[in-house]
Amino acid sequence: MKSINTVLAGTVALAAMTGAASAADCPIKVGVLHSLSGTMAISETTLKDTMLMLVDEQNKKGGLLGCDLEAVVVDPASDWPLFAEKARELLTVHNVDVIFGNWTSVSRKSVLPVIEELNGLLFYPVQYEGEESSKNVFYTGAAPNQQAIPAVDYYLEELGVEKFALLGTDYVYPRTTNNILESYLKMKGIPEEDIFVNYTPFGHSDWSKIVSDVVALAADGKKVGVVSTINGDANIGFYKELAAQGISADDIPVVAFSVGEEELSGLDTSNLVGHLAAWNYFMSADTPENAEFIAKWHEFIGDDTRVTNDPMEAHYIGFNMWVNAATEAGTTDVDAVREHMWGQEFPNLTGGTDVMGVNHHLSKPVLIGEILADGQFDIISQTDPVPGDAWTDYLPESAVLISDWKNLGCGMYNTETKTCVQIKSNY
Amino acid sequence: MLKRIFLTVLAAVLLASQAKAQDALGPMQTILQANAEIIVKSSRKTIQPAIDAVAGSGLPQAQSVLEAWQAKDMWRRKADGLFFRAEKADGGYRLIDFDSGEVVGVAEKGDLKQIKPNSGIRALIGTALVTFQLNDPDRVKREEALTSLERDANAALLEPLRASIEAEPDPDLKARKLRLERLLTISYDPDEATRIAAIEDMAGDLGVDVRAALNPLVATKLRVFEGTPPADVNVARLLKPGSDALPREEAYALLSDAGLAPPRVTPEAVRAALAEHIEGGTVAGVAVTALSDPAKRVEAYRALADRGLVPPYLAEDEISAALSAYSFAEVYAEPSPAVTDAAEAALARINTKVGLNQALDLGLDALSLGSIYFLAAIGLAITFGVMGVINMAHGEFIMMGAYTGYVVQQLIPNHTASIAVAIPLAFLVTFSAGVVLERLVIRHLYNRPLETLLATFGISIALQQLFKNIFGTQARPLTSPDWLGGAWVLNDVVSISYIRIAIFVLALLFLGLFLFIMKRTRLGLETRAVTQNPGMAAAMGINPGRVNMLTFGLGSGIAGIAGVAIGLFAKVTSELGADYIVQSFMTVVVGGVGNIWGTLLGAGLIGSLQKGIEWLNPSNTLAAQTYMIIFIIIFIQFRPRGIIALKGRAAGD
Amino acid sequence: MNRSFLARNPSVLIFLAVLGLFTLAVTFASEGLGMGLISTSFVKTLGKTLTLALIAVAMDLVWGYAGILSLGHFAFFGLGGYMIGMWLMYERTRQIVVESMANAAIPPTDQEIVDAIGTQIFGVVGSSDFPAIWAFADSLAIQLILVVAVPGVLALVFGWLAFRSRVTGVYLSILTQAMTLALSLYLFQNDSGLRGNNGLSGLQNIPHLDQVPQSVLSVWFFWASALALALGYVFAAWVVSGKFGSVIRGIRDNEARVRFLGYSVEGYKLFLFTVTAMIAGIAGALYYPQAGIVNPAEIAPIASIYLAVWVAIGGRGRLYGAVIGAVFVSLVSTWFTGGQAPDVNLGFYTISWVDWWTILLGLSFVAVTLFAPKGISGIFDIWTGRRSPQRHGADLGPDPGSLREKEAEE
Repeated sequence: MKSINTVLAGTVALAAMTGAASAADCPIKVGVLHSLSGTMAISETTLKDTMLMLVDEQNKKGGLLGCDLEAVVVDPASDWPLFAEKARELLTVHNVDVIFGNWTSVSRKSVLPVIEELNGLLFYPVQYEGEESSKNVFYTGAAPNQQAIPAVDYYLEELGVEKFALLGTDYVYPRTTNNILESYLKMKGIPEEDIFVNYTPFGHSDWSKIVSDVVALAADGKKVGVVSTINGDANIGFYKELAAQGISADDIPVVAFSVGEEELSGLDTSNLVGHLAAWNYFMSADTPENAEFIAKWHEFIGDDTRVTNDPMEAHYIGFNMWVNAATEAGTTDVDAVREHMWGQEFPNLTGGTDVMGVNHHLSKPVLIGEILADGQFDIISQTDPVPGDAWTDYLPESAVLISDWKNLGCGMYNTETKTCVQIKSNY
Repeated sequence: MLKRIFLTVLAAVLLASQAKAQDALGPMQTILQANAEIIVKSSRKTIQPAIDAVAGSGLPQAQSVLEAWQAKDMWRRKADGLFFRAEKADGGYRLIDFDSGEVVGVAEKGDLKQIKPNSGIRALIGTALVTFQLNDPDRVKREEALTSLERDANAALLEPLRASIEAEPDPDLKARKLRLERLLTISYDPDEATRIAAIEDMAGDLGVDVRAALNPLVATKLRVFEGTPPADVNVARLLKPGSDALPREEAYALLSDAGLAPPRVTPEAVRAALAEHIEGGTVAGVAVTALSDPAKRVEAYRALADRGLVPPYLAEDEISAALSAYSFAEVYAEPSPAVTDAAEAALARINTKVGLNQALDLGLDALSLGSIYFLAAIGLAITFGVMGVINMAHGEFIMMGAYTGYVVQQLIPNHTASIAVAIPLAFLVTFSAGVVLERLVIRHLYNRPLETLLATFGISIALQQLFKNIFGTQARPLTSPDWLGGAWVLNDVVSISYIRIAIFVLALLFLGLFLFIMKRTRLGLETRAVTQNPGMAAAMGINPGRVNMLTFGLGSGIAGIAGVAIGLFAKVTSELGADYIVQSFMTVVVGGVGNIWGTLLGAGLIGSLQKGIEWLNPSNTLAAQTYMIIFIIIFIQFRPRGIIALKGRAAGD
Repeated sequence: MNRSFLARNPSVLIFLAVLGLFTLAVTFASEGLGMGLISTSFVKTLGKTLTLALIAVAMDLVWGYAGILSLGHFAFFGLGGYMIGMWLMYERTRQIVVESMANAAIPPTDQEIVDAIGTQIFGVVGSSDFPAIWAFADSLAIQLILVVAVPGVLALVFGWLAFRSRVTGVYLSILTQAMTLALSLYLFQNDSGLRGNNGLSGLQNIPHLDQVPQSVLSVWFFWASALALALGYVFAAWVVSGKFGSVIRGIRDNEARVRFLGYSVEGYKLFLFTVTAMIAGIAGALYYPQAGIVNPAEIAPIASIYLAVWVAIGGRGRLYGAVIGAVFVSLVSTWFTGGQAPDVNLGFYTISWVDWWTILLGLSFVAVTLFAPKGISGIFDIWTGRRSPQRHGADLGPDPGSLREKEAEE
């Protein structure tokens, strides 16, 4: 009798608790932390719209855990300190369950301490330089081994490039990526003097001398390839100068990591046909999932000429994985969702399946595309899914580090000394 | 004759129908099927056998197959795996059989798979096509063959090239063939004397291709020899360990890598070894807690080494002894000393010439950058230099001009016509904007320069944001007409794009226009009068308000035209003007306020300075801008009134 | 002249009282120490606003009182932030490194610890060695001295060069703007050793205070900012109230006459320029630990121009005007860009304030210069009945925006 009473009481209590919980948690709030003004607005506004579309879509499917989703949009205005402030606002004032956002590494580094302090959850959708693995961040963009390294491999094997010009805008992503590439190329037997590195400021427009320098590299009879981490507007002047100097992709190919469909729409691409870009997604991918995604996007945004791009796919995958993980966990509690994120699978838009690793990086295929005259990319190479590597294998200090939140509970584990260097991130 | 053709066609038709019926494939299809796997895999590393099989088949259709393949026109039917050339047609793609050259049907895109050779494979196919195309009656194809040869040649192609020279009807192509023949001779001819002769023929040539042919001949490798290098090795130079060219550590690393000496014990290795030999809180008698001192670590390690537990710790004298037993030399890959000597001599001559030409090229770049700065600053030279009005929104007038160009180009697709319309329109738009600004704001603020600065700054941020709201933050395309598209190429070192030349010419035109207006027109006379003494000018019957308005409008209008030019050469964004505003003010201040020649000199100085610093530090363009500004700040200390100072006016007035 | 300093400047007492009440109110309403009416992020915003008010006071000294329109003071502000940021990053990273290395079998050498810190801090920008400018980063005392010393020395050298060659007026403004641009471009370079575009981040985590939650820390910093503002305000009021104040106003209104009277105009200007740069450095050192990240974009010329905007909107030539301007504009700006302002639907077009706020700011700035040169604090004149002297021949006197001496009407 007593036991029955206990069970009954327990059931009643449980029912009351779940009732209270769902009442308190509805609607589930999804924070969107993308700049809507300032220099990054053009890239990030698209992602904000993508998130709104995905949330809308999910609500049509019946929401999540019996609740509707509500997107909370804030504008950090391309101002890095403001990102931290807005993230704190999202987590403490709006009490969001997850944040999708950021575009640049510096904005992510600005947000990191806040997210870690308040145990939030961030999905970061853009390719980045790696060397980071936070307990509270899932990186759905490409790590260097999912974009830069395969692109260089393509150069070495498919194009027979023997001499490299690494051109970049002077900030952290190109610096670190080029550092990794230099180290990788030296491992591959490319001597130091055959690697030319140049950094230019944001929005650089006077490219004549740099392009001439690159052309002059061919003087020792080796095939030259350009690896471009040039960012944003500066690409326009760069490609215009390439075209003006008549550099064909067959003589000196350029592979870009920051030039996608969106960026090409500001350019006349007829002179750029054949130059390359490496991403994990191209709009031209010929799969039914992609066709459906593009159709939905066009319908949502009400403009058939809008392009889709790689970070949009990253948000698409990240959001759906989060929804599935929360469904499996039965709650949106960050710690519970995190555990269900590990090993979470979701079909990507290029005909494969992406898997979230225990180091919080996605495993996904690498695509290389040639620029076409209509501003799209012709996919000429697609690899099997590559697991994202938080700590690169090609820098001596990072090669000994691994990240494994599931088994080691550590994002920066030194395999040599068998110790966890730090649990919180290094910002 | 007719009958024969008829018979061939008949045979082909029969063959095709047979192929369908009995799966008997044509000869080319058979070859393609045999290599189907690697063709579909489409990797440069593995594709060569397939190309060789097609090219070496001896079939007449080989050339067309390779050409179709190279042009991404080869498709594979998913159903039966056969390869076809495909052309876009209604309802899908028209399939053309390679062997018969006949259309075998139309297939939907979904049933086909396009073979997409990457650029590396296309180059290989191009090389394979060379022998077919060198004597092709079509000039375009012969030219393609030469381009392929320039990109990627091999020894086997030297003879076919030589054989094709004689019959070449086109003089341009013949010249290219002759030049290529010389280059291939340098690289591939078996006869030493012929090669040296070819090297000497090309010795004065600046071309990148010549250097590309010569440099591999003089490429060296660092090698270690026990004692002195043997006589059969072509030594470029001997290196002494410890010199700048070969530091001791590197030399020793070379030895240990070659297994000629024990490797040096690195601090990491010391630590790892110590960690392995901890016994009860001590390592070889040294307490573990004391091991935070590097000297103690070495001591403990030596103790371990003495016990034979770890490899010995190398002392400096042991390293010296090991190094002195060996000689280090840079060795040519090319075995023949005569060839390397000739190549070195030719390269030395070429490099001197290249150096001179690079200086010329740098000069052209500096001139071009200077002219861009001048163009951006010339409007300012009027409003700031002549009228003394600080217009921080000047950059935004440049931007408005550029956006005008963009809008016109959206309405008039023809690039030449649109530029012809855009330039006067940009002038009109910014002229009116300037007049409005002068009437509404600046007029009230004459004699209050600091407040003019702040008010126009307010205008500047408002305009920037307004254009962002209208056109978005993404850069907009402003494409130059085709005749401004290319570059003026003097040789492989010196070249400058036409658009830059056009900007240079435009800058000169504006200089002339400025001088004409200021010195030869009534407006110029009145402007100078009003600037010098508005009260007196008014007394003479000049309306100062009207003159100020027109002058300000003129300066703004010129900024608008500059905007079109700058947009053509770079990009159109709302921040375009802000990128130039500080430089423009610097140009005017450095040159000397109120003097157009000063502005010209200032622009030239800043342009060449920036290029000069870039040349000194080629890997970091940002540094050039920083140092240039610091230089200007210091320059103003010594000539506060600028290069050309007007008498009686200090920088502070 | 025998009256005490405070008696001669009643506005100082009023200001201090208002500031004190405000500080108490925020403390009691805060999450960390009070009732939790104000979120931690808003406490941080208020703390940052107070430091901005402090630099605005410095700007007012140099512009409103001495007539030097410096477009470089935000550079000094940023430098102060960088100096304290170096210690914060170094010390925080050192804690992490020492902790993780404590588990190693062999105790680390000092060099190994320094190398590991270097790898942690500079790994993100593809380097691992400490640049020379980090030589004192391990010492809080030295870095605190550098917070004032670096901006001070830079201002001293720059000011000496500029004032010596009699660069004044707009030329000086443009030159200071160029200096700011050069500094921000320099810091943008990775080679400068301050992590380039990334800057120094994670500054809100104060080493050795890991146990203190951000909600409490934010209040502490708020107090520190309020104290700094109070001290800075009193100092500025003291500087401008005596003979020194009369001389610098004289310089503003007519430099040549003051020079003819035998004063060393350059000396006065240099002193003021340097001291205000130091105040700006202190303000920056308090601002960035609250913002969490300092990077070169903060130093860009536009920031210094905004500073001038605040002072002009608040009202030049009176210290409370600068404070009002800075607080008002930066809070309104936060409100508009934060997306809290409701969009205005015009039917054919929706005005979204996120996009239109900057335009409004720019135009209001033009309006203030044209129609209300005294700025917001001109309202106080209406209230106290103070009127500017009527002068014919306007160019004889100071800028209409400047608050003139009492004696002008007497």
